[in-house]
Amino acid sequence: MSMINKIEFKLLSPQMVKKLSVVEILKAELYDNDGFPMEGGVMDPRLGVIDPGLRCRTCNQTIGQCYGHFGNIELVRPIIHVLYAKLIHKILKSICGSCSRHIGTAKKCSYCGAEQKDVKFEKPYSYNEGEKIITPLQIRERFERIPNEDLPNFNFLGGRPEWLILTIFPIPPVITRPSITLETGERSEDDLTHKLVDIIRINHRLRENIEIGAPDFIIEDLWELLQYHTATYFDNELAGIPAARHRSGRPLKTLADRLRSKEGRFRQNLAGKRVNYSARTVISPDPYISINEVGVPLVIAKELTIPVAVTPNNIEEIKKVIQISPRWPSANYIVRPDGKRRKITDENKEEILKEVGIGYSIERHLQNGDVVLFNRQPSLHRMSIMAHGVRVTPWRTFTMNLAVTPPYNADFDGDEMNLHVLQTEEARAEAMMLMDASKHIRSPRFGGPIIGCEHDHVSGNYTLTMEGIEMNREDAFRILAEIGVEPDLPEKKTFTGKEVFSHILPKGLNMSFKVKSLKPGCEKCNAETCKHDSYVVIENGILKKGVIDKNAIGREAGKIIDRIQREFGDEAAHIFIDRVSLLGIKWFEKVGFTVGLDDIDVSDESKQKIKQELEHGNRTSNELIENYAKGNIEILPGRTMKESFEANMIKLLVKVTDNIGSIVSTGLGFNGAVIMARSGARGSITHMTQLIGCVGQERVLGERIHRGFRGRTLSHFLVGDLTPLAHGFVSNSFKSGLTPVEFFFDVLSGREGLMDKSLRTRHSGYLERRLMNALQDLKIEYDGTVRDNNKIIIQFVPGEDFIDPHKSDWGTIDVNSIIRSVK
Amino acid sequence: MAAVETLEQLKEILPEKLFEKSKEALKKSDLTEAQKKKAIMKIADLYVKSKFEAGEAFGVIAAQSLSEPSTQMTMRTYHMAGAMQIQVTLGLPRLVEIFDARRAPSTPAMIIYLKPSYNTREKAMEIAENITEVKLGNIATSSFVDLGNMQVEVVLDEKLMRKHKIKEGEMIEQLKVDFKNYVLHQRGNKVTIKPKEEATVKVLQKLRSKFLDSHVHGVKSIENVVINQKDEGWIINTLGSNLAKILELDGVDSPKTMTNNIHEVAKVLGIEAARASIVNEVLLTLKEQGLEDVDVRHVLLVADVMTAGGTIKAVGRYGIAGTKGSVLARANFEETMKHLTKASVYNEIDTLESIVENVMINQVVPAGTGMFDIVFKPPLKKKE
Repeated sequence: MSMINKIEFKLLSPQMVKKLSVVEILKAELYDNDGFPMEGGVMDPRLGVIDPGLRCRTCNQTIGQCYGHFGNIELVRPIIHVLYAKLIHKILKSICGSCSRHIGTAKKCSYCGAEQKDVKFEKPYSYNEGEKIITPLQIRERFERIPNEDLPNFNFLGGRPEWLILTIFPIPPVITRPSITLETGERSEDDLTHKLVDIIRINHRLRENIEIGAPDFIIEDLWELLQYHTATYFDNELAGIPAARHRSGRPLKTLADRLRSKEGRFRQNLAGKRVNYSARTVISPDPYISINEVGVPLVIAKELTIPVAVTPNNIEEIKKVIQISPRWPSANYIVRPDGKRRKITDENKEEILKEVGIGYSIERHLQNGDVVLFNRQPSLHRMSIMAHGVRVTPWRTFTMNLAVTPPYNADFDGDEMNLHVLQTEEARAEAMMLMDASKHIRSPRFGGPIIGCEHDHVSGNYTLTMEGIEMNREDAFRILAEIGVEPDLPEKKTFTGKEVFSHILPKGLNMSFKVKSLKPGCEKCNAETCKHDSYVVIENGILKKGVIDKNAIGREAGKIIDRIQREFGDEAAHIFIDRVSLLGIKWFEKVGFTVGLDDIDVSDESKQKIKQELEHGNRTSNELIENYAKGNIEILPGRTMKESFEANMIKLLVKVTDNIGSIVSTGLGFNGAVIMARSGARGSITHMTQLIGCVGQERVLGERIHRGFRGRTLSHFLVGDLTPLAHGFVSNSFKSGLTPVEFFFDVLSGREGLMDKSLRTRHSGYLERRLMNALQDLKIEYDGTVRDNNKIIIQFVPGEDFIDPHKSDWGTIDVNSIIRSVK
Repeated sequence: MAAVETLEQLKEILPEKLFEKSKEALKKSDLTEAQKKKAIMKIADLYVKSKFEAGEAFGVIAAQSLSEPSTQMTMRTYHMAGAMQIQVTLGLPRLVEIFDARRAPSTPAMIIYLKPSYNTREKAMEIAENITEVKLGNIATSSFVDLGNMQVEVVLDEKLMRKHKIKEGEMIEQLKVDFKNYVLHQRGNKVTIKPKEEATVKVLQKLRSKFLDSHVHGVKSIENVVINQKDEGWIINTLGSNLAKILELDGVDSPKTMTNNIHEVAKVLGIEAARASIVNEVLLTLKEQGLEDVDVRHVLLVADVMTAGGTIKAVGRYGIAGTKGSVLARANFEETMKHLTKASVYNEIDTLESIVENVMINQVVPAGTGMFDIVFKPPLKKKE
């Protein structure tokens, strides 16, 4: 395959434009009376073809083969190229006004001695020297006089400066500005064509006027108009002149608009491209497939294909595959050695069977085990696109394991994801070796596992491994069998949950750590001797002590996943995640798990305590207000009296909510909601407090709520009321129900949260784009240095110690665990 | 590679920090010699396995690792730093500010540490008072444009001056130096100033605000000062920053004292210090948002790119992304037309050596597995 090695940027000379041109465009009309393109018009047939079936008059090729040909017009008067207007000014300023030598900023020319006048630039394309206007004609003359040896002084290497003033104007080929035929049969021209017609028409009028010797002001007006039309042809968003508009009032989309901004050629078509062999649909969960698999609907599997070359070794199989068509798994196309594709249908399949031979290839359906890329937008990090193995399903949606949702940040409330089928052997090999989901369990962001258990997996394993959980041999056997473990159960009648859990741990695993769900009030950790089952001890793959929760298997935290991945490899970790998540679910299927309204009931005693706490808070806040009224407040350094009061008030109210929180957490029973919060599956004690105790202080912009009417937040309060209630303290719980006023404040802070979120995504999106553009060229070279694309060394040792965070243990190497392991 | 069995051999391959850590850990442990040997081997093996591979697009990973968590940050700009009282910009806006390499942060702030002999509440208070900037306006009771004499008159408050320990004579002398082109008179507690030439009322009004804004005492641009206790010692938090002046002060523990103005650090302490400062500020911002688990290596890389040229370059269009070698990469980012027109005039050549350019022309990207090629091409087997 031929490679492009470099791209050089230069200016087009008028001679070059002429040389490239196949026809001089003289007429402003597009079509003649019969509707055929006018010769010598902007749609001249020699500029290329856009209609199917016709042949190009210049190269005699059809649409698709002919790349189009340039035409040209001769401008009667030279015109400034607006995109270079600033540069023209720069050059004008640094050359002598009379002899055109480069003199920089000198006041007097050192070559001819002429005094220099200041050249002023007036956007977008006029130049003044003192009071006098310099016409493009004069500018061109001056530029023509610049000697070649002076050009390097301006760093002007791409041609001659006078080429910046247009004399011969290139007309782009028709395929760059195709016209569309409307249903009515009317032709609708491209914006560029409209603009070109304008230019030709004015150029024509200018020529006529000059020829008949019209007065100067008419000629100047026309010249200016021609300048305007060429300027807007290049860029229609110029400051200082009105944009050229379509008859309907819509601004025309001209050359620069095609290239720039997000929808422009660069970002839309060059830096990102649309692809074939891809699919997109809604995603659904499936706990029965592995984390590095994806369920692909049959209809999609029959549409997406993989090319397979026909060889002597597989020709018989391929014939069988074609025979099956149109059922799955068959093939959609055969490709002849000359590259011609033919669809396999029921009718022609016998014929194709006879024809197919060595050198042919087929495009077969997607089958189980094929490697595909799976992606969810926004693709914020590299784990947003990973390789999965295909599992063809009879459903209508892509299905995926729940444990692999965190790296994609996916949920199943209607999310859609994309799937790409790899077309070459190299791509498949790379995807399998580098992009497989099981190879991305550890995130390079922080060096810990990003794939981990979610929701029911965590609470399921939590309840399974709690103390006192026992089941009979039959149940233990069934659960293990269901999660794909060959049960090797010792001869005994009952099994604890911990024993069952131990079956999915690899032999040889030794570790110990604190659990997340520490008992409240447990201050000093007793480590191995913990009485509350809050310290996990695993010896040789057997869970001796402790309960499994988010700290053990959760996403971005799972210590067991982390250790298995490190010591037993990606494959072991991926199997463990598959099994542990399914184990949680299977256990719940047996014992059941539910959350109800009675889960957030607390005893009357606790309710009384909460009430007392709120009353106490009310009293102390009243005292504070009284003190403030008397001016009796300790002023915090650097703050005003009012600010100090507010700070004290917030502190006080936060303390009240905290106290209520601890009342709630000690008063809670042991039920579904509590299990979820404790194990880290979903929700937190704060949420429980808001449900049971009190919602607490609502904030806007980090402060109590102060906005609203003059001196008060709502008309329900007196002016100057400083009580917690009047400034957004919600003393009710979500269960007891909020008063209308409280609800209003709650919505206020909720609305702030929503605004914050939408603003943040935009800002961080732009930050990402900038960071990416600044850093994308940095890579690690073979000599071990980090360099940018100019091969400038950015870091001599990547990350200062050469450790890849993706392969590290939370950014380092855990020396202690190695030492423990050799004991 | 020969098996690594001794500490000396281990030192050869491990980076310094990691080596020291392993040495300590080995010393503390009660391993036998044979076990130690095994441990050393394992450490060396793990280190080699954990190393970066050639071709890794480290830059892209760093960019992702910093921006992915930034989607979780809050926009709520202000937050109390340190022990409250001084509000500084934090969260996503602060992160943007650092990467943009703004000339001055929206809330410049300093943390001043004190030398042990000055580490008392009284001494700290004294320093704090001395460094707070006092402007003429701060010690004036009133000021107005005197239209009768066409001059600006400022009435000084002696109480306030005494409070700030300002000596009138010295102050007036200094002001005379600062306002060389004006006529300055003092009568009692009144100071008058007027331009040497005839002036319009507009000029006088401008002069008035400029005059009131003139620096008379303390350290320039230190707006607000709060002293705080921090583990046994006293520190001074300031709003406003002037590193050069503060470091000169007696009693300031200069190695510890820091500012959040990165450009100032670069100017006063050099580019290496600025690099460290970028790293610190980013880590602080991340930590405050509860995102402290972002690997420091990513931050280091950004800081290194920003400071590699010896000056601080912003991440945006006027910094690294706008000064890249490749025309196409620049045109792809922002200001497409500007880069294309300039490229044509300067006869720029894009050698297509990095990522986007090759994506644009549908060629294999020279990173990762696309970085190498087969040098030796085996001759094709002859057909039998």
